[in-house]
Parts: sequence; structure tokens; C-alpha cells
Amino acid sequence: MPVLWLFLIIVALSAFGFIAGRARAYQSAGGDVRNLHSLPGYYGYNVALTALVPALAVLAVWLLAQPMLIENSVSKMIPDEIIAEGSNRSLVMSDVRRVANGLDLAVSSGAMTNDEVNALSTDTSDIRATLGSIGVALGSDVSPEVLAAAQSYRSKSYTGTLVMTVVVLLLAIGGLALAYTRTHKDFRARNVVERGVLGLLIIAASLAILTTIGIVLSMLFETMNFFRLHPWTDFFFGGTWSPNFRGDSDLSILPLLWGTLYISFIALLVAVPIGLFAAIYLSEYASNAVRSIAKPLLEILAGIPTIVYGLFALLTVGPMLVNVFGRGDQGLLGVEWMSGATSVLTAGVVMGIMLIPFVSSLSDDIINSVPQAMRDGSLGLGATKSETVRQVIMPAALPGIVGAILLAASRAIGETMIVVMGAGAIAKFSLNPLESMTTITTRIVSQLTGDTDFASPETLVAFALGLTLFVLTLGLNILALYIVRKYREQYE
Amino acid sequence: MTDLTNSPAAGVPRPKHGTLLTQDARTAKRNAAEKRFQMYGMIAIGIGLLMLLVLVFTIVRNGAGAFQQTFITLDVQLLEDKLDKNGNRDIEEISKVSTFGYSPLISQALEDKIASANVQTELSGKQLGDILSKSAAATLRDFVLQNPELIGTSVSFEFLASSRVDGYLKGRVTRDSIANDKNISVEQLDVVDQLVESGSIKKTFNLSFITGADASDQRPESAGIGVAMVGSLFMMLVVLALALPIGVAASIYLEEFAPKNWITDIIEVNISNLAAVPSIVFGILGLAVFINYMHLPMSAPLVGGLVLTLMTLPTIIISTRASLKAVPPSIRDAALGVGASKMQSVFHHVLPLAAPGILTGTIIGLAQALGETAPLLLIGMVGFIASNAPDSVASGLLSPNSAMPAQIYEWAKRADPAFYERAWGGIIILLLFLITMNTVAVILRRRFERRW
Amino acid sequence: MNQMTSVEKNVNTQDIKISASGVQVYYGDTHAIKDVDVEIEDKTVTAFIGPSGCGKSTFLRCLNRMNDTIDVCRVEGTILLDNEDIYDRKVDPVQLRAKVGMVFQKPNPFPKSIYDNVAYGPRIHGLFKNKADLDNIVESALRRAAIWNEVKDRLNAPGTGLSGGQQQRLCIARAVATEPEVLLMDEPCSALDPIATAQVEELIDELRTNYSVVIVTHSMQQAARVSQKTAFFHLGNLVEFGETGQIFTNPEDPRTESYITGRIG
Repeated sequence: MPVLWLFLIIVALSAFGFIAGRARAYQSAGGDVRNLHSLPGYYGYNVALTALVPALAVLAVWLLAQPMLIENSVSKMIPDEIIAEGSNRSLVMSDVRRVANGLDLAVSSGAMTNDEVNALSTDTSDIRATLGSIGVALGSDVSPEVLAAAQSYRSKSYTGTLVMTVVVLLLAIGGLALAYTRTHKDFRARNVVERGVLGLLIIAASLAILTTIGIVLSMLFETMNFFRLHPWTDFFFGGTWSPNFRGDSDLSILPLLWGTLYISFIALLVAVPIGLFAAIYLSEYASNAVRSIAKPLLEILAGIPTIVYGLFALLTVGPMLVNVFGRGDQGLLGVEWMSGATSVLTAGVVMGIMLIPFVSSLSDDIINSVPQAMRDGSLGLGATKSETVRQVIMPAALPGIVGAILLAASRAIGETMIVVMGAGAIAKFSLNPLESMTTITTRIVSQLTGDTDFASPETLVAFALGLTLFVLTLGLNILALYIVRKYREQYE
Repeated sequence: MTDLTNSPAAGVPRPKHGTLLTQDARTAKRNAAEKRFQMYGMIAIGIGLLMLLVLVFTIVRNGAGAFQQTFITLDVQLLEDKLDKNGNRDIEEISKVSTFGYSPLISQALEDKIASANVQTELSGKQLGDILSKSAAATLRDFVLQNPELIGTSVSFEFLASSRVDGYLKGRVTRDSIANDKNISVEQLDVVDQLVESGSIKKTFNLSFITGADASDQRPESAGIGVAMVGSLFMMLVVLALALPIGVAASIYLEEFAPKNWITDIIEVNISNLAAVPSIVFGILGLAVFINYMHLPMSAPLVGGLVLTLMTLPTIIISTRASLKAVPPSIRDAALGVGASKMQSVFHHVLPLAAPGILTGTIIGLAQALGETAPLLLIGMVGFIASNAPDSVASGLLSPNSAMPAQIYEWAKRADPAFYERAWGGIIILLLFLITMNTVAVILRRRFERRW
Repeated sequence: MNQMTSVEKNVNTQDIKISASGVQVYYGDTHAIKDVDVEIEDKTVTAFIGPSGCGKSTFLRCLNRMNDTIDVCRVEGTILLDNEDIYDRKVDPVQLRAKVGMVFQKPNPFPKSIYDNVAYGPRIHGLFKNKADLDNIVESALRRAAIWNEVKDRLNAPGTGLSGGQQQRLCIARAVATEPEVLLMDEPCSALDPIATAQVEELIDELRTNYSVVIVTHSMQQAARVSQKTAFFHLGNLVEFGETGQIFTNPEDPRTESYITGRIG
């Protein structure tokens, strides 16, 4: 892996720069550290960072940009005629990449030499068979255009990587040389290094913004592609979800949204009363000993990975509910209301258990931030504790608790594993909690796992679903955080 | 003070209160309501704790079986004329004998064993062979290829029993439940019973579950979680190597250097919101950016690690900022007062003092990443990985691998209930890791917690 | 104010409302109140004075068992209210607090409307027959707290929106609305400006016609202005208890004298 080697070389250069820079500074001060403007280490850091940072930055940008540029230029080589009916340019491009990778493999495994590959032509040899013999399976015969594109792809990648290596190494060496020559006892090394470090810190802090932008852009572009292939009216206002990989699917979000909201509603129905009462008990009634044991134990529930809850739903809660509500005469109630283990109730109840500590610790914080003076005032008037809680603390804490519930709702809507394993896969509008229903997150997983073809609306719809989910949960979060913050300010 | 002049206060009659020593009816009613209310709280706590108990109980009861496995001990004659016709012990020639060449040897050994144990049965050799795992021949072949000098001798060998036999010994499979099962019959179970009595079949500790690789649909008995553990380890290394430095750097900037302006505000709001973005959205991001756009390989721990890094970064930043904030300003002032630069005061004094808190937050973030499944499904880390431990460790960050939670999900999806036991067993291992990490975090916090 | 309060200082011999004897209070291992005996008369303002941390607030909170809400606090000795031991096992603190109301150091109106703040006590204790009755109770309580004219047009506005002095008088109205027999006030003016303080002090004097008022204050001038009886606490001990005029002009104990003349505190 040449990039790794390149990286190691730069790091080695930079380490060398540190030692050299420090030594030079030492020397320029005539061996007396007191003559230096900064501590000798700073001169070393200066040289090391000047060698390392620009080179690494260029390397990273180059690695990101090169595939895109090459893809664009190679894609122009493919004439529209050879794009088969029902296929599209990006499918052909993935063929091109596969052939190019196959040829790379052929060279590296010694089956062909580089010249042979460049001279290759569809007239003289069967490329599919050649590549098949070294383990690269192609779906169809290689057309001359695709081969030409693949050869160009290879050569451009090769040239690109070569130029990148040269540029990056030159930058590293240049930086090292420049910083080394500037190293002198009067050089303000500490100030320069500190400014550089501050710059790095700023970059790290803005990564959070970059991530958000990345999330939004990646989903936005694919969503736009989706709406080019599929009418947006169907997505937002249609009533059916039935993806069909031969095309012509109904892809409406509404049944999925219904399932999502229904399951979240049941989850909150479980989590909010239990979590709220637990919080009230812990903050108003429990002795210190009880609190110090019960609170961490409850919070364990929040630390358990969702896959565990998913398995619990699928293999324990689901079958248990079937025993109660299903199986006809053999069941507990003797009814036949539930046929499979996956249902809205299964997923909702298990998700509710997961959310109990979430609701309880948030509410606990909020109830505790109600000033003690409120409690004293109420108790001093002869109110009982429960009257105090219901009539003074709850109204005072209400905004905060609403915020906590909204945060829990956003968790429930975005939760994936529990619904993937516990809710089922049938998209429909139904009020029966014992039926299987499906959610936005489940469909994202099912549309994006296995063979994904980024040219079909059935795959791309997942991005539209993801964007909707992101907007939905983000909106809830912002609202909730705003409410909670307003609430906190009230008592600070 | 106009109020006072026309206040009716002076004329208000003296209120009447009864004795304190008897409770009036209203107070009794209110106290009953108070008791009820308190009871609701206790019930809520009780339900929460009960659920925890049920969860732990279910996991342990269903998963403990995965750590035991049924083996059959057979004395196999490694016949020279079958395995090495020329007798020159050339490893090339021996390896030409496929697993089909080993099957008769095992069948013979099984028949010998049954005869020596005085078991009466009318089953054919083929049917008897079904008691063993389908991997038996391959296991024996691997063993012979490593020890060619043993050809011609008789070797006592422990073979995996088939998953049905294993389930029968563990109580998962009963004589009633196999009525429609093509894989095992009541007659075969009779034989198994007698072999158990003679001591040839027994359950022992199942090390290969902890170290081994996943196995195909047909052989739940040989599936292990070891390779997925390595995959998880790689991802955690990537997360640690990226999330810790970036998270600490971002926190230092935001907490110590950032001016109070709208850009900083946006970054802060952004981070607190990113912490609550559903994990699957990070999976979509990973799929779109790292795989579709940057063409990094599917299923690679590097990609998984990158996605989890983005996911854990907000958690680490939030906890790091909290521990930086906990260092009192007097420390900074003291450093600045002796002429240190702002940067020096932060890196020489504040950061070391905040280190335990940062470490605790990082461990908790890592634990969260370790248990995360959803984004891994999207970047394809659920593939069936057959390569065993030494190969998979060597193959590194870019070759396909799985992760513990994804492997558990994969098992839970399979049709054979024998895999469910593996899934629960996998959860036990996953939870052991998480408990360890969280305990370390708690100990660190206790140990270094400082009251200023 | 002074000319007004000085006129009032003709204390009649009154019934004993609260009688405490041998009261000890412990906070965990700390002995906060040491063997205090005190008798509080009806229709009298009794002031507790003393340096910070002397236990005067703690002792006040014993009188309506507010210390019960603090886990580590333990009270010994007897406190009789109308000759009934308020620490008797059969006594419900809820009933006791209806009889012994309390106003706190910081104004603490509930986050409700002014009306609901005052109606809170009557509602929980069931002291009214119908809505009109409750309206009357609220009005008369607000009048007695001398705040009616300021708030009568905005009874539905939140109580937290009032100024500090108004909030404190609202809290007094809230306490008065429950028809208590004793009103405990824990430094009710410490968070108020001088004008608001004057209003509240005037109110306290007015309240004396109906209630036995016990006020904790760190201001000796305030004690001199509003009270008829004064108790001086020091380091958990009740040093001196007597007529206010006598305590301030002719204290018996040298510690009282030191405190009043400003040498300790």
C-alpha cells in the first residue's frame, strides 16, 4: 500500500526535522539555551510541523479528489450508445472500475506485464476469461469502449498517484528545508508553533461541522437523484410501500412513518410513566442508600447495546406475547390475535424498556434543579410530599420534562436494531398493535444491505428516508434542547 | 400603605383548628393518597429493576450453552493406503486426498466405537455419521496435514457432534421436538444416549466459540465469535487513534481558545445535536462518502472505524469539555502568572489535570461504539468470514471482517435455532467487554476524582 | 416606622402558645441546638436574634417540623403547641403545618398565577365550600398581606413576575390564607430592599392582632422595631430571652451585650 509508505516517509522526515531543527537552534545559540528566543524543543516542533502538516493536508485532499476527477474524465470516454437499455452511466462506470481493478490484480499477481495490459484489445483476447482465471468475475463480456476506458482509468490513476507521491514528498522536503534554514536563535519559534497548533485545534473543532455538512450533502445529493428517478409526490403523499427490484415500485414514506410513530408512541407509553415515577421516587423519596444503588442499576439499562434489546425482542418478548395473544387454544388467552413474534407491541415494549433510564435520568436532573425553596414553601404550608410534587414541582419542571420526552421520542424514532429485529417488515396503516409493521430505519437497512445499486430508485429511496429521519430527529432535538435550556435559565 | 388603612384584617375571627393528636378525615385521605403516590414510584423503580433482572437472566440462561460443546471421542485409524498411497509422506501428495477420503475412516471409527460400546442399532453407517458435525472430515484432514508422521497409526480424536446432538445434550432438542426434523431421528438419539453412558460423548468447555470464526448455515456447532472480536478490536483501534486526538483537540479549542461568537455557537449547537443523531444516519454517511465516493472497500474495519469515530466524536468532545471545565481557573492563572503562554498553560497544566476525566469519557465513548450495530449493517460488516484467527489478524484493516454485534445480528437472522444460542453467547462476551470497560472508567473516575 | 412600633410595645400578659423545653437538635454529628427552653406567647411578635450559624433558623424550623425534611437532622426534647406535643408519634406534620405557617428567607412564589399561589393552601387543606368562598379567602389573605391593591387587577398573572417585596408579601398572603395560628418567619426581609422591608415590617405588626408571630432576623434594629419578645441565640444556646425593650436596653448576659453593641456577630 503505497499511501501507507508515503505516510510513513513523511512522518519519518518530520521526526528527522525535529531533531535537526533542535540541534541547529542549539548550535546557533552557541550551546547556551539562554540565548535562544524559545525553548529548543519549539525549533524542533517548528521544523517537524512545517514538514508534516502541508504534506499531509495535500495528501488527504488529493486522495479525496483524485477518484472524482478521474471518474469524471473517464466517464466522458464512454459514448451514450453503449449504455444498454435499462442500464445507466454509473453502472457502466462500475464495470470500468471492476475491469481496471482486475487488470491491476493481473499485473500484481504476475499473470500479465504492464505493457501487455496496455496493449490489450478485445479483438485479440478474451478479457473476461483472462480476468476470470485470476479470480475477478465479470458479469458480461467486455466491450472495446469499456476496455479502453478501463485502460485509461488505470493509466490516469497510476499517473495521478505518481504525481501525488512526488508533490507530497517535495512539499515535505521543501517544508523541512525552509523551516530548517529559518531556524536561528532569534527566530520566534514558540509563537509560530503555537499559531500552528491553534490552527490544528480549529480544524479539529470544525470537523463537527464538516460531519454535519457531510451527512446533509451525502443524503441530499442521493435524494435529489432519487427524485429524478421517482416522483416526489409518490414519496410524500402516496399510500403504498412496495419496492420491486424490477422497477415500477411504490415508494411512499407514509406507511413507514406511521409504523415509526406508532412504535415510538408505544415505547413512550411504557417509558414515560415508569421513567417519570422512578425519577420522582429517586429524587423526592428515596434515601441516599437506595438512590446510590437503584440509580446506577437503572442506568445499566441505557448502557446495554441495542442489539441485545433486539435479540430480547425477537427471541424472548415476541414469543412470550404470542403465547399470550396468539396460538389459539394453546395460548394463554385462547385467542388467535397474533401470528408472529414480530409486532408493533413487541418492538414498542422493548424500546420502552430501553428508554426508561433515558427518561428517568433526564427527569431526575430536571426535578433536582427545581429550587429547594419551592419544596419548602409547599411543605411549609402543610402540603404532603405528593401534593408538592404534583402541584408545585411538576408544573415547575414541566417544560424540562417535555424536553426530556421529546429527546426520548427522537431516540425512539431513530432506533434501528430493536425495530429491525422486533417490528417486522410489512408496511401498512393499521391500528392493531399485535400486527407486524415496519419503520423508516428498518427500510433503510433493508434497502441498503446486500447488493446496492446506486442507480435504482429502490436503493436511492433509502437516502430520502435517511434525510427525512435526520430532519425529523434533528428538529425534535433542537426543539428539546431549546426548551430544556430555557428551563434551566429560569432557575439559574 | 393605603392597604393597611382599609384592611379588614383586624376584624377577622380567630381560625379554628382542632387538636393535633387526632388525624382528621381529610388528612387521613391525603395521607392515603401520599402512600399511593409513593407506591407508584416504588413500582416504577421495581419494574425497571425487574426488567434488568429479566434481561440478565434471559441472556445468561440462553447464552451459557454456547460455552459448552458436545464432542465425540473416536479412535481413528489413519490408514496409510488411503491417505498416502506411495508411502513417502510427501505433503503435496497427502494434500491431494480430499475430505471425501477421510470420511470412510471416521465412519469406520464410529462403527468400531459403537461395536465396542455394545450399542445395538440398525442404523446405517451414513445415518450414524450424521451424529457427527459435517466439519469432522475437514478437521481430521487438517490434523493429518500438520502431523503426516502419524499416518499409519491410530489416533484418539475429539470430533464435534452435530448441532442436533449438542442441542439434545443441552436440552434444547427433545425427542418430541424432532418429529419433523430431517437431520436427526429418534434412533440416532438412542445411540447417542448409549454413547453418553459409555463416556464417548460428553460436553466440554467450548474454546473454539471464543476464538473461532463464523461457520456456514449447516454447521452451527462450529461457529465462533473470535474473528468478529478481532474485527471489533481493529475498529476500536481506529476509533481510539482518531477520535481521541481529534476530540481532545476540538475540546481544547472550544473550551480554552474559542472566542465567544456566532461561529463558536454554531459549532456547539452542532456538536450537541450530532450526539443525538440516530446512529443509522452515520451508516448512511459512511456508505455514501467512504464507500460510494472514496471507494474504500466494503466490510473493512477501517471504514467501520471511521464511521464509529464520527459517531463517538461528539460524546468524547462533550465529556472532555466537561473535564476541562472542571479544572479551576486558578490553575490557568497560576501558569500565566509565571509567564507561560496560554498554549503552555493548557498543555502543561490544564490537560494533565483533566486527563483522567478525558480518559473516562473516551472509554465510555468506546464502549458505546463497541456495541453499535446499525451503521455496520450498511457498510457491509455482516459478511460471512470464514478465515480463522491467525489469518484474520494478519489481514488487517482493509480486508473484510465482521464485528461482534454484527455477528450476533447475523446469527439471530439464521433459521436454525442452534444459532440463537450462539447469538446469546456472543452477547455474554460483548457484555463482558462492556462491563470491563465501564468498570475501568468508574475506577478511574473514583481514583482520580478531585474536589477543587 | 419607629414612632409607630414604639407605641405598640405594651405587652399584655398572654396565653402561652408554644412551649419548648430541653430541645436538642443534631445535624449528623453536629450539635446545632443545645438544650433550649422558650415560651412563645399568643398574639405577640417574638424575635430570634443572634450571629449567623447560631441556630436560630434551625430552632424556628423545629416549631413546624420542617426539619423532618432533612434526612440527617434529629430533634430531641419537647415542644408543646397548645399543650400538645408536636413531636408526638400521633401528630401528622401535615396537620401541624396547617396550624403553624411559615414564610421563608427568599421569596418563593410557586410558578403559578397570583391567585393560585394564595389558593394553594386552602385547596390542599379543603378550607372552602365553593368558588366564591375561595375568592373571598384569597381576597382577604391578600388584603391582610397588604398587597391586594397592587395585584387585584392581575390575579392571573404569574406570581414570579412581581417585585421582590411584592413576592414576599404574596408569600405571606399564601401563608395567611391557610388560617394558621402561628406564623414563623425566617429572615423574611433579608432579600428585600429597605422600602419593601418597611412594608413587610408594618405588615408583621398588623398580623400580631391575629397570630402569634415568630421572626428570625439578623438585624437587631428590625427585632427592636417589630417584636415584643426577643430571644438571643449564640452557638446553639439560648443565651437570653425576655422583653424586647429590656434585652436591648439592659441585657443580663454579657454575651447579649457584646452582640448588641457590635462586639461579636
